[in-house]
Amino acid sequence: MEVFQRISSHTAVLEQANIDTDQIIPARFLKITDKQGLGENAFYDWRYDEKGELNPDCRLNQAPFNTAQVLVAGDNFACGSSREHAPWALLGMGFRAVVSTRIADIFSNNALKNGLLPVVVPAAFHAKLIAAPGTSVSIDLESQTITLAEDGESVGFSIDSFARYCMLHGIDHLDFLLQQEAAIQAYEETAV
Amino acid sequence: MTHPSSSADQAGHAASQRPQTLFEKIWQQHEVKAATADHPAVLYIDLHLIHEVTSPQAFDELRKRGLPVRRPDRCVATMDHSTPSLPADAEGDFPFVDDLARQQVRKLEENCRDFGIELFDLDSEHQGIVHVIGPELGATQPGKTIVCGDSHTSTHGAFGALAFGIGTSEVGHVMATQCLLQHRPKTTAIEMTGRLQPGVSAKDLILALIAQIGVGGGTGQVFEYRGEAVRALSMDERMTLCNMSIEAGARAGLVAPDEKTFAYLKGRPMAPQGEAWDQAVARWRDLVSDEGAVFDRVVTLDASKVQPMITFGTHPGMGMAIDDAVPAEIHGESTAKALDYMKFEAGESLLGKKVDVVFIGSCTNSRINDLREAAAVFRDRKVAPGVRTLVVPGSKKIKTMAEAEGLDQIFRAAGAEWREASCSMCIAMNGDQVGPGQLAVSTSNRNFEGRQGKGSRTLLAGPATAAAAAVTGVVCDARRLGGN
Ligand code: SF4
Repeated sequence: MEVFQRISSHTAVLEQANIDTDQIIPARFLKITDKQGLGENAFYDWRYDEKGELNPDCRLNQAPFNTAQVLVAGDNFACGSSREHAPWALLGMGFRAVVSTRIADIFSNNALKNGLLPVVVPAAFHAKLIAAPGTSVSIDLESQTITLAEDGESVGFSIDSFARYCMLHGIDHLDFLLQQEAAIQAYEETAV
Repeated sequence: MTHPSSSADQAGHAASQRPQTLFEKIWQQHEVKAATADHPAVLYIDLHLIHEVTSPQAFDELRKRGLPVRRPDRCVATMDHSTPSLPADAEGDFPFVDDLARQQVRKLEENCRDFGIELFDLDSEHQGIVHVIGPELGATQPGKTIVCGDSHTSTHGAFGALAFGIGTSEVGHVMATQCLLQHRPKTTAIEMTGRLQPGVSAKDLILALIAQIGVGGGTGQVFEYRGEAVRALSMDERMTLCNMSIEAGARAGLVAPDEKTFAYLKGRPMAPQGEAWDQAVARWRDLVSDEGAVFDRVVTLDASKVQPMITFGTHPGMGMAIDDAVPAEIHGESTAKALDYMKFEAGESLLGKKVDVVFIGSCTNSRINDLREAAAVFRDRKVAPGVRTLVVPGSKKIKTMAEAEGLDQIFRAAGAEWREASCSMCIAMNGDQVGPGQLAVSTSNRNFEGRQGKGSRTLLAGPATAAAAAVTGVVCDARRLGGN
């Protein structure tokens, strides 16, 4: 997993609430057996027209939003499916962090395992971000803060300490589990 | 100094004295390592269900690291999502929608062969939607921890198993170590009082709950469905209920096992047999929340007041009683954007809206009681002109059972298409889809924009409501059809 310590970037904004995983990556793109092409197909039904051409009206296709590393999304982001293709698709688009007031459990779990940081912020701070698409923010994982470049306003966010440690050091969860082999064996001998 | 074993005994004794919820009991029994300040709990997984869509990258990760699947005996695999709902041709070739779908299914066959996992493939009599066949095989059992790379794994909670969806990285974790790193969720008691009225289904009950608490209302929670209404439900209905827990954002849904659970499982191929069965049932009887156990939250819902439900918007929380008016806002949030997509107006009724497609199937409503409920509406009636109706059983076994009862004849005589077991139009990956702008009444679980095909407009409802829409050609209350 790629190390995540601090990023500074302008934002892309999708202000609508309840953006679900079927919007992030429609099911018809899940027939792959690797992770190829997911970035191009992310938000497909918004980013492309009927002919499959890039839709110039979609903000995600416009500069500077198309190079943002931080996605600010409306309330209750990424509900729905457990497809890890959703964070893979966002990473494929170049995002390293997603900011919302609420982010679905399974998505957050998946995101953290891939170096995509879910950042849950208070409603007032969120409203400021939504109102200023393209604004610059910096996200510091060490201090667990997100800061607006414009006025320096900063809020903290919480993140599970283990996931934080793994992201800061680029440690993989599977490596940790593999080290538990003795405990797993002992458990199987008594409990299973 | 206290002897270590005696202090452990005391700790165990103390733990057994404190009233525990069903969730706590299962969790505690599966902790390989409890959570510390440094890491989440290491939780042992008893059963891993695998399908073609969320597993290939996990198998590749194992290959990359040179790891075996640690306990292939704890894995059950089948194919359902990219799988055609039409039968094989004379040469035994299945009509896959495209090469990618065919390759994905082939890849699962190859992976299961390479890693020694039992696969119920398209030629197996047990193939079907992964959440339908787990219980059907008796692999789903009370007290187990069950995971699958699929959010509707919550279905298995109907048996008093702690069952939840995971992502592909975690699929790899379970394959390699039989464990997951997990944070302990909070618990919510969903007290369902009263009894459902005749003509109101388990689907209506869960749609009513999600409408009440919202699509984010269960985030970070495990639900335990309790109360008179839940005890009165059949196992098929309990599965419908638990299936949609995830649509309220919950990690899992649970129903404490009882005589109905044991009767359902007895004699199933993977259920314990003989003496082991008796021992298992004795253990399973303890899997109830103790008197006085404390939940983090309690939600109540009077089941006797629930009406047949339908959704009007673009997530499962946008549901209402079928004869209500479409609301302009829910949970303080405007429905304008959703209504714009759905081409509905706030304040109008959906009754009488012309329907283009009816889909009866999915892991929510494709079991035998769902098909019987739908057949009761189709009997001696015809599908209205211009309505495309698909009835897709959840498994090969259900298909056989339905055919033995003659249900397929009722569907076919009415003019509905009777298909092969698969997810089909629920996720529209296999070519079965709703056309752009078409209005579908669907017994599946998600009405997200484009879920059933780009531009599809989905109304979620129970099997009777869906069947009634098929025969009348419009949204209607099945109870008002009369006859039958
Ligand atoms: S039927 Fe639908 S919800 Fe169920 S497993 Fe298949 S795609 Fe997922």
